[in-house]
Amino acid sequence: MEILKVSGVNKSFGGLRALNNVDFSVEQGTVHAIIGPNGAGKSTFLNCMIGRLVPDTGTVMFGDISLTGMKPYEINQVGVSRVFQTPEIFGDLTLLENVMIPTMAKRDGQFALHAFRRLDQDKEIRDRALHMLEDVGLAEKKDMHSGSLSRGDKRRLELAMCLSQEPKLLLLDEPTAGMSRADTNNTIDLLKRIGDRGITKVIIEHDMHVVFSLADKVTVLAQGTIIAEGKPADIKGDPRVQEAYLGGAHL
Amino acid sequence: MKTRLSPVGDMVLFAAFTGAVLTMPIWLAPVGAGYPDLLQKFAIYGLFATGFNILFGLTGYLSFGHAAFLGVGSYTAVWSFKLLGMNPIPAVLLAIVVSGIFALLIGYVSLRRSGIYFSILTLAFAQMCYNLAYSVLTPITNGETGLRVLETDPRIFDSTTRAEGPLISKLFGFDMTGYPGFYFCAVLLIIGFFVAQRIARSPFGTMLKAVKSNQNRMTYTGLNPRPYTLAAFVISGMYAGLAGALLCITDPLAGAERMQWTASGEVVLMTILGGAGTLLGPILGAGLIKYFENIFSAFNEHTLSSIFSFLPDFLKELAVAISSLFVGEGWQLTLGVLFMLIVIFLPGGIMEGLARIGKLFRRIGRGSDKSHATAPAE
Repeated sequence: MEILKVSGVNKSFGGLRALNNVDFSVEQGTVHAIIGPNGAGKSTFLNCMIGRLVPDTGTVMFGDISLTGMKPYEINQVGVSRVFQTPEIFGDLTLLENVMIPTMAKRDGQFALHAFRRLDQDKEIRDRALHMLEDVGLAEKKDMHSGSLSRGDKRRLELAMCLSQEPKLLLLDEPTAGMSRADTNNTIDLLKRIGDRGITKVIIEHDMHVVFSLADKVTVLAQGTIIAEGKPADIKGDPRVQEAYLGGAHL
Repeated sequence: MKTRLSPVGDMVLFAAFTGAVLTMPIWLAPVGAGYPDLLQKFAIYGLFATGFNILFGLTGYLSFGHAAFLGVGSYTAVWSFKLLGMNPIPAVLLAIVVSGIFALLIGYVSLRRSGIYFSILTLAFAQMCYNLAYSVLTPITNGETGLRVLETDPRIFDSTTRAEGPLISKLFGFDMTGYPGFYFCAVLLIIGFFVAQRIARSPFGTMLKAVKSNQNRMTYTGLNPRPYTLAAFVISGMYAGLAGALLCITDPLAGAERMQWTASGEVVLMTILGGAGTLLGPILGAGLIKYFENIFSAFNEHTLSSIFSFLPDFLKELAVAISSLFVGEGWQLTLGVLFMLIVIFLPGGIMEGLARIGKLFRRIGRGSDKSHATAPAE
């Protein structure tokens, strides 16, 4: 079953055609990677899916809900979460608060005026957030300010925040960008582990090591057009991909 | 790293705060601030700054137009005196409601932008209110003269009482001047502090901190920041309206100058001076500024020369000549210097200073413990 179906999406910035009639679909429960050279339109494509950009034409369907024209927080509320290239977390707050906020958003919706309850007395939210932190191995740092974490830990925290909302679809924008090899491997392990929960994932990635160790299916984007799609092994050998993506070099 | 207080810790803080506020006439007497007029100002501006801090301290939205709500609160209170009688309770409640409605309208428009644009929008709105109160709205505000309560006003609930001299607001037979006036404001300050404390510890307060920290993540977490910022704006506007009403309790007169931008700037100074985002900071900042305004401005050359009388004559004259620049009319110069020093060296305001002193003492304490512990081993 298709969980995400993008059809005929076009997006131009001035004279630049960033996305050219893109059709794309993701099967439920799979890990789908989008790769492509710099400037291929990967981030634009992701932004069109998540509501940060509105496509000029075309539709984005999530199950039977049309995401086109919805606001980012509405898109999140129907079950789509996003991990950013640079971890976006609440740097002034503690790790525990960082995870409690999305947990509350999941439970209470986009706005709730609980001005007279104590947050630290809300056992349900607290336990769920703690459990989530344990899952990503950050439980012992729960009272630290998240701004002082290492980049790898920030990424883990951001993942915990997204996962605490039990999304149906998780979009990851270069989840290992700028990480050391060890941190990258940790992130891959973590992503593999959460793959067991049946969360569908779309990953934009530069690092081929990450793509080939995670993805079930790979889509190659170049100059705003999809030039190839298939299993990682097939993509590896596809001459068009090597031409566009690797400038003809062998993988 | 900030320490988050437990429920018990919060109760202790609240109890200590209540005790400190109620005993202010005693412990502020030695520094010359133990008289009800000034104490009442501490309480009123403490409320104003506490409310302002809910917006600025928690969400980071810097409003430069909060004086508008102060003015609206004052006008509403005087109208309540004129129409309903001199009881302060309906005046206070009406002021909170009306300034809340005002804040809803202004906030709805201004919060479409953030950062400097938000500040400018609020400033523009406040200046508009000020100018309207001065000119077009004269039938409501009585323009330049200011709005006051007259003997001929309907005052439905106490029109029969005829006072000797000026009309003063009354509660349970107490005139709202002197200490009864102060204690009325002090009780409201304590309630206001309690509400602010609850908000800061609540899920709602945490969301406000999230707005300040990262709005982008907030939207991608399924939260709409706008209703949160608007709610914070309205709540802080209500606090300002309440403060404005209290300003009219002892002196039932409302003038347009209360809405001027200098008054909006003052509450920003108070909050930053005390420590934005902390519970006690804004109240301390408000107290400090009002103290300077009343005490330092009252100094003159005579008081200065008696302070420096221990110096030889020529040195005394020099000291008086220099220091007289900073007192009397020049008290704002002292305030300016103090403000600059605090912003440069203690960006977290007085509260950060106190926290550093506390840490220093703890380190000294721990240091001596350690030396005791290691002593036997030697």
